[in-house]
This record gives sequence, C-alpha cells and structure tokens, in this order.
Amino acid sequence: MELFDKLLPYLLSGISVGGQYALIAVGYTMVYGILRLINFAHGDVFMVAGLMMVYVSTWAPLYVAIPLVILLTVLLGFVIERVAYKPLRRAPRMSVMISAIGVSYLLQNLALYVTGGLNKNYPTIPWISDTVSVFGATTKMVTLVTPVLTFLLVVLLVQLINHTKIGMAMRAVARDFETSSLMGIKINNVISITFIIGSFLAAIGSMLFFTNYPGVTPTVGAMPGLKAFVAAVFGGIGSIPGAVIGAFIIGICENIIKGLDTLLTTFGVIQQPLGLSTFADAFTFVLLIVILVFKPTGLFGEKATDKV
Amino acid sequence: MSGVILSIKDLQVSYGGIEAVKGVSFDVHEGEIVTLIGANGAGKSSTLRSIVGLVRPRAGQIVFDGEDITGQDTTNIVKKGITLVPEGRRIFPDLTVLENLKVGAYMRRDRLDEDIEWVYSLFPRLRERSWQAGGTLSGGEQQMLAVGRALMSRPKLLMMDEPSLGLAPIIVRDIFSIINEIRKRGVTILLIEQNANMALQTADTGYVLETGRITISGTGAELLSNEAVQAAYLGT
Ligand SMILES: Nc1ncnc2c1ncn2[C@@H]1O[C@H](COP(=O)(O)OP(=O)(O)O)[C@@H](O)[C@H]1O
Ligand SMILES: [Mg+2]
Repeated sequence: MELFDKLLPYLLSGISVGGQYALIAVGYTMVYGILRLINFAHGDVFMVAGLMMVYVSTWAPLYVAIPLVILLTVLLGFVIERVAYKPLRRAPRMSVMISAIGVSYLLQNLALYVTGGLNKNYPTIPWISDTVSVFGATTKMVTLVTPVLTFLLVVLLVQLINHTKIGMAMRAVARDFETSSLMGIKINNVISITFIIGSFLAAIGSMLFFTNYPGVTPTVGAMPGLKAFVAAVFGGIGSIPGAVIGAFIIGICENIIKGLDTLLTTFGVIQQPLGLSTFADAFTFVLLIVILVFKPTGLFGEKATDKV
Repeated sequence: MSGVILSIKDLQVSYGGIEAVKGVSFDVHEGEIVTLIGANGAGKSSTLRSIVGLVRPRAGQIVFDGEDITGQDTTNIVKKGITLVPEGRRIFPDLTVLENLKVGAYMRRDRLDEDIEWVYSLFPRLRERSWQAGGTLSGGEQQMLAVGRALMSRPKLLMMDEPSLGLAPIIVRDIFSIINEIRKRGVTILLIEQNANMALQTADTGYVLETGRITISGTGAELLSNEAVQAAYLGT
C-alpha cells in the first residue's frame, strides 16, 4: 500500500503526459501513413498552438480563445502542407524531409522573433487547472481529463477512419496514390484532411500540456515532439493505436524514472538520492534504439511494404 | 456503326529520352470491344495510362465523348466515365472486398446496392469473400475484384490492362466471358493484352502495337487469321 501511495503521483502524471504525447503522436503517425513523411514541423505546430493561446487570451475570453486557437492551428497545419509539402509531391522523399526541417526552424525563429525568446506564461484554463485529490495524491484536474479526452478523441478518430467514406479514402490513399486517383479520390484533399486532423489533435494536446507546464518558449515543442515521434515509432509508425499505446508507455516510464530516487530511498534500496531523474529523457531514446534494433517495425507496424 | 466514343490522334508518350508511344491513332466506337495487342514494352500501358491522365502525353489529342480530355487530371477524366483496371490489379489490400467495391464508386452519391448486387452476381466468389481483406484473395479473385471495382463507377468506357496476366487458363476464360457480359450492359471496352488469342476472339476490332506504333489493324477475326499476327502473337 505504501508503494502504491508513493507511486501514484508519478503514475498519474505519467498517464497524463502520455495522453498529451498521444495527441501529438497521432499527427506524426497519420502523416507518415499517408505521405511516408516524418513531419518534423509537427512539434513546432504544437508550440505555436501554445503561443497563440498566450496571445489570443490577452484580448479574447477563453470561450473564444480556445476554439479560435484550435481553428488557427488547423489552418497552420493545412497551410504548411500546401506550401511546403504539396509542391514536392513528385520529388524524392529526402527533399520533403528537408522542407519539413526548414518549416520547423522557420516556426521556431518566428516564435523567437515574436516572444523575444522570453518564457511566456500560459493562461490558466479554469476547471482543468483546479486542484483535485485522488486517493490522497493532489493533482490538477487536467491529469484526469487528459487520458479520458485522449481516449475519446482516438476512438472517434478510429471510427472515422474505419467507418466513413472519407476514412475509407484515407486508407486507400495511404496504400496507393495512383489507384486512389483512378477511383476519383482527390489525393490532395485527403492529405489536407490528414494534416487538419493532426493539427487539431496537437492543438488540444497543447492546451492540456501547457496547463501543467511552466510556460511557452520557442523550442518548447522539440522535446514533446520528439517523445511523441518515438512513441509513434515504438507503436509502429503508421498505426494509430500503436502511437497511442507507445505514448502512454513512454509517459508512464518517464515519470516513474523521475520518481525513482524517492521510491528507492523510501524502501531503503539506496541510502541517498542518486539523481536518477536526470535519465528520464534519456530513457525515451534508449527505448528508440532498442526498438530500432530488435523490432524496427514497432509494436503494430506494417511489414516493410513500401508504397510504390 | 454507332458513334465514336474515344478518339486518339497521333498520341506520343515519352519518359525522359525514351519514346514509348510514337504517334498512335485509333477510334473506339460505342458498345464495341476493342483490343490493343503487342509484346512487352510495346507501349500498351503507356497508351492507356495517358488516356486516363496518369501520364501526360508529349503530343497528340485524346477526345472522349466529344470533349478533348488531353492532359486533364485523372479524377476529372474518371468523372467523365472512363475507368481503368490497372496492370497488376492494384487491389487495396487492407480494405475488405466490399470496401474495395465501394471505393470504386467513390464519386457517386446515389445508392450502390444494385451495383454491388450486379458485381456479386457476375463474380459469386466475391460475395462469399465480402468481409475478407482484399489482400487475402487469390490472383484470380483479385482480378475479379479489380474488374468489379471498376464497374462500380458505372463507366461508359472500361479499359483493362492485361487482365489475364499471371492467371490460370480456366480463370482467364471466366474473365473473358464476363467481359462479354459487361458489354451487353452497354459498356464500351478497351482491352490490352499480350495473350492475343483470347483478346482477338472476344474483340470486334483489334490493333497491333509494335515499339510504339500501330502496325496492323482489323476486326478480331481478321487479325486472328493474319499470318504476321499468327507468327508473332499466336504462337502458331
Ligand atoms: N515510368 C516509366 N519510366 C521510364 N520508362 C518507362 C516507364 N513506363 C514505361 N516505360 C518504358 O516505356 C516503354 C513502353 O512501356 P509500356 O507502355 O509499359 O509497355 P507495355 O505495356 O506494352 O508492356 C518500355 O520501353 C518501358 O520500359
Ligand atoms: Mg504493360
């Protein structure tokens, strides 16, 4: 019981952060599924969503700011695809990747220009910022809201993909551009929709994430972006359930590592803290290396059937 | 004879420096089965792919139903009533058989029940496998599904790129009898084949394509009895 009490806070924040990573990871995995592109700019779209919230909330009430920021983030994702990726549809994959890296830096530089590099405090969103107590552990409401909301959104998304006409088109396009266009599917529209969904989820993720984070800086998207990307690879890039499960595993493990010192000292395994929490971030990358070595296709990845 | 539905004038296709099609002209009449036969690399696929806008012709004109469609987007051309059963069938492997049929009707907004029923009556094996993933079908079943999927768009012109490739002779015979069945519904058919024998027996009109040019033309029966065709394509 004592173990549970000590573990609980880390588990809770692990599940919460995991959900936030999941909302970002879905964007990576869907874009990869359809374009075979690792959209390096995705973490920065997440950052820009946070920054837009900072600025919009200075003049608009939250019930306007929240939908407006979601809308603007979706628009940003759509425009990035149209301007930076669509013209390169027939170019080698490497060119598109370089374009994505370019967009990533452009967004970071723009953010630096706008903020002057200062940490911007994220507005307090009522209710999800409230403090609650769960089995004796105090936390913010967002910790509980995140996994539930993530689960709901992912279920909705999977329903959309498996049971609607547009979802069927997305699955077809993910397999074969040319044959899809023979079916009369407008490839570019389907790709745009994919980016719109990814950005929508990243916008939601940013609201949940920054509610529990010191503030927004131009490079703040890099770490969660990278973790979400590793989650997507871990789950098998291209697979939505894989990305979600991967994100929760990474979020939970990372937070347990953060609590390792406390746990181990409490139970007398070690006499004094060893500073193990430093390795929380490193864990993600060790995990990445282990997957790439032992199961490059990830948990639920498709076999190496490259698109023709 | 009824009206010309598809008219190809001096079509040229090249890939970089390679000229694949070097000035091909032919007409397809409404309700006809037309076949283009030729050896591997003769330019058959390139001709079909340029008709449906998957490759941009270097020169020439493609007129469908009285409208110049040269160089238009594939989705636009498909909307006008042309469909292609591509080489190698290109079934969507992780869509079910039924979804593969539905995706074939992607542009339509009306009810599909009757058409699905028609396709299932043409290919009863597909009905049995309705919920199976397309990728789990045998080669012959995939070809049936590819034809069924193409029919779902209610095409005026159905083009097929080597439907018999890699299939057992019995299945090939099945497919060709169904091609006749489809024609009875008023669908015009443009068929390309290396398997010249079946194609010429089925077709009203045939053309022989050699290294990007049409060298012989005539009715299916005329080509079957043509000595040059027999020597080169019928193995007799
Ligand atoms: N995408 C392509 N890139 C370069 N060359 C091609 C391409 N597609 C076809 N070719 C060439 O064009 C010629 C005609 O090919 P194709 O139209 O596929 O012939 P067929 O269908 O009669 O076998 C061949 O020499 C082939 O190598
Ligand atoms: Mg060919």
